[in-house]
Amino acid sequence: MGRYIIRRLLWAVVVLIIVSAVTFIIFYALPSADPAVLRAGRSPNPALIAHIRHVLGLDRPIYVQYWLYIKGVLLHFNFGYSYQYSLPVRSLIFQRLPATISLTVGAVIVWLLLGIPVGIISAIRPRTWMDRMTMGVSLLAISAPVYWLGLVGLFLFANDIGVVHIFDGADTYTGLTANPGRWFGSLIMPWMVLAASFAAFYARLLRANLIETMSEDYIRTARAKGLPEWRVILKHGVRSAITPIVTVLGLDIGILMGGAVLTETVFDIPGVGRLAYDGIQNADLPIIQGTVMLGAFFIVIANLIVDILYAYLDPRVRYT
Amino acid sequence: MTTTEQRATASTGTTATPLLEVRDLVKHFPITRGIVFQRKIGAVKAVDGVSFEVKRGETLGLVGETGCGKSTTARLLVRLLDPTGGQVLFEGEDIAKRKGDGLKALHREVQMIFQDPYSSLNPRKTVGSVIAEPFAIHRMLTEKGARKRRVQELMDRVGLNPEHYNRYPHEFSGGQRQRIGVARAIALDPKLLVADEPVSALDVSIQAQVLNLLRSLQHEFNLTLIFIAHDLSVVRHMCDRVAVMYLGKVVELAPNEALYGYPRHPYTGALLSAVPVPDPAQSRRRGRQLLSGDVPSPANPPSACRFHTRCPKAQEVCSVDEPPLEDKGAGSVAACHFPLTREEVHRQDPVAAE
Amino acid sequence: MSPLLEVEDLRVSFDTEDGVVHAVDGVSYQVDTGKTLGIVGESGSGKTVSSLTTLGLTRSRSTRISGRIVFGGRDLLTASTDELRRIRGSEIAMIFQDPLSSLHPFYKVGHQLVEAIRIHRDVSKSAARKRAMDLVELVGIPDPKRRVDQYPHEFSGGMRQRAMIAMALANEPKLLIADEPTTALDVTVQAQILALLQDLQDRLGMAIIIITHDLGVVAEITDEICVMYAGRIVEHASTDEIFDAPEHPYTWGLLTSIPRLDQQRGDDLVPISGRPPSLIQRPSGCFFHPRCPYVQKRHRTVDPPLVSLPDNGRHQVACLLEPTIRRQIWNGLKAGRDPTSLRQLAGDGYPSRAPAVASTAPRAETPEVPSSGTGGP
Repeated sequence: MGRYIIRRLLWAVVVLIIVSAVTFIIFYALPSADPAVLRAGRSPNPALIAHIRHVLGLDRPIYVQYWLYIKGVLLHFNFGYSYQYSLPVRSLIFQRLPATISLTVGAVIVWLLLGIPVGIISAIRPRTWMDRMTMGVSLLAISAPVYWLGLVGLFLFANDIGVVHIFDGADTYTGLTANPGRWFGSLIMPWMVLAASFAAFYARLLRANLIETMSEDYIRTARAKGLPEWRVILKHGVRSAITPIVTVLGLDIGILMGGAVLTETVFDIPGVGRLAYDGIQNADLPIIQGTVMLGAFFIVIANLIVDILYAYLDPRVRYT
Repeated sequence: MTTTEQRATASTGTTATPLLEVRDLVKHFPITRGIVFQRKIGAVKAVDGVSFEVKRGETLGLVGETGCGKSTTARLLVRLLDPTGGQVLFEGEDIAKRKGDGLKALHREVQMIFQDPYSSLNPRKTVGSVIAEPFAIHRMLTEKGARKRRVQELMDRVGLNPEHYNRYPHEFSGGQRQRIGVARAIALDPKLLVADEPVSALDVSIQAQVLNLLRSLQHEFNLTLIFIAHDLSVVRHMCDRVAVMYLGKVVELAPNEALYGYPRHPYTGALLSAVPVPDPAQSRRRGRQLLSGDVPSPANPPSACRFHTRCPKAQEVCSVDEPPLEDKGAGSVAACHFPLTREEVHRQDPVAAE
Repeated sequence: MSPLLEVEDLRVSFDTEDGVVHAVDGVSYQVDTGKTLGIVGESGSGKTVSSLTTLGLTRSRSTRISGRIVFGGRDLLTASTDELRRIRGSEIAMIFQDPLSSLHPFYKVGHQLVEAIRIHRDVSKSAARKRAMDLVELVGIPDPKRRVDQYPHEFSGGMRQRAMIAMALANEPKLLIADEPTTALDVTVQAQILALLQDLQDRLGMAIIIITHDLGVVAEITDEICVMYAGRIVEHASTDEIFDAPEHPYTWGLLTSIPRLDQQRGDDLVPISGRPPSLIQRPSGCFFHPRCPYVQKRHRTVDPPLVSLPDNGRHQVACLLEPTIRRQIWNGLKAGRDPTSLRQLAGDGYPSRAPAVASTAPRAETPEVPSSGTGGP
């Protein structure tokens, strides 16, 4: 197991280097804008632009730029300086990370609390009106785009522009340590909106898995032992049916930790996703690189954790 | 030598050379480890030095328990798998050397029937096209209507209603599906039919129908049959000679009556004694000889004689020296240092020795 | 003494999209303490459904169940779910065909045993674990201490079935139902498991119902046998009588169609023609009539009841043929005669529907002349 984890971690480094190289190349081949021009102000002249270009190091060959970047990352954990803010990308990301983590963790809790019970109830009473209704609603939730759902939420329930003033609206995010109450209030709607489609997807996935599991021979054995039905379902059925869901969950968390771009943008939450979005808007290469690397890092790590967890959940799986 | 004698040798010449000869056949499936660079850390020794001959027109049975390598052997014989070592000679020619057209020709002469009539038929093809497939592959019966006519003849021959030509496999019962498999296998008039557990997925009352069909087809087409089964009663009913396999090796090979009447290898004896006989009076009389434990893993078989860990007659030499497959009289060959005596067979199973 | 289990006129049907499946149709039998009853039949004969129903495991919204299943003075069919649950695994236990899929892959064998013990007994975890180890030892699994901490996939097939048996015996049941317990096992392992079941019965005194398609297995270990066909019992007698003097044509068919280890290689087997009927649209009259070589005109309309033989109250059969004629036919079959040659014994000689599927005799019009060496056409 130890050797397996080490090998996987080495692989992760390789993957991250490849990801950064690809981002670099894409940015140079298809730039969203010229960073030097953007920074030159309202009346740019060629000399100023050339000067900025030189200061940013953009006049060097691409491979030199890339080498310097990778060297900085590997030796000094330095992800460069944002063109836009003139601040280290590392501290920008660390500054934004709490908001993204808050959004992700809260949404995960919401969607699990919603999706798992709904999935179980639908699975044990398939084809009843309850089942049909919840599965119908879940299909709607999966189909609704997050930005649309977010805007609808704001127009209906936000306490500034909403029809009824219930929840905090956009751009109200406050740090957890600064004011826990406001932190919670400001995130209620983003959590719901982000969790909606995930909850629906998880409910459907769990339902399908559990229906299949409940027809297994070992479920019959559990019943023949005299276990109460709820224990048969939870301990023997759900235990098996939930295992594949853990895989999906791990990857989803990994993806969201890299920035829930749409939700953060709609609700104007200062998270990593928002940072990445702004970085793209402003052709801020170091920011783009940093956020892409962060996203890739979370996905790779989530993958590894999922695989290790899988071996723990399913004793038949063994890594060597 | 006179001319008549010469003619006699010439005419018997074809029957004297076996249709199929298997020499030291070995198939190891590697066990690998590693994600990026796979290293071989061991092998499942599915078939580990198997030799036998099959004469024209005879039925050879291969019996044994899970993991003995009988199904792997079958797949090697029809080249669904390539051997790790050894040779399969079909009409004196190594089938491993066949490529392209030669391989195609081999598949015309050697056909296989599988155990599971459910999964071995493509559910999206009509029965007619399943049975006609061999003709399509070998570009035979190309004139209009000929294929359909031939397929319907085949269906009729195996006891299927020829009018059901356009039906799909799921519309047939297990026994009928096995008949479809048989029809497909005999479509090209093969010389050798390899049947791998052809009746073990079928209900008892249907088994007999398929067994009778195979026997009558064999007589009619002068087929050579290799019959693989775990059911010793079925093998006794079907086969002229029987090879008993254990963990990738043949432990005994004998004519039907010799094997069932006087098994020489203790494993054969135990196997026969374990089969329940549908006769309560007899089963009370029989002194059941129970083997201890399960079959060891073919990935890590016991040393020397592979049966020594479970053998009631095993002595020290059995774990050191591997006994060769040698003549034990009455046409039997067995690989054992201490073959069963008549008294032992009788004590164990008064039925068999009678 | 009243029997341990008494099943009376049990009927189980399932509503499906294709129609109502009459899985069990008026089945009655009894089992006494310490005895072994065999229920023999092919797939779809209702042998498994009838015993699952005993444990209440077929209850669902689409199942209709009627009759009586009396166990220890209670009718299990009217018992509440909770009452049934307390009987399951304690007084009546069950083992199944495939021991790998019947054990939960994610829990250690010991854990599954402890669970079985603690549902019904208020004992501490450590006491239950101690008992689990004793059970593992009882069923002949070597090295119980190590084995209880292993997962099912680390066991071999035979050991898994032993573990299933250990779990079934956890609460010393009065009745053990074994559904095809050896079908998935190798023959040498099958012999071990059968011997184990007999040994445990001798020691613990429980009753066993063994459900199987294998006549050899029932001949070995049962006292009494029910032969089931299309959801009904067609013959019920002591094991010796079923094999020595069977009365039903289906039983004859089963006995003559299987190749036997103790018989020299000889003629073709005598198969039962056709195949088991649909349980949705069942045949009229005697359910076996479309496959019976001795069918008479009235067999197609009259449904034979299961009745005792005039000279033997413990041997029941559901057949419209005269007992004397049946005896003659069986004697003929035993002497190796073909059913077709015995058909006229049955009476008016009303011809059976041509057993098209069973006919495997070579036909004159077979097109290809067999060629031994030249290959395909």
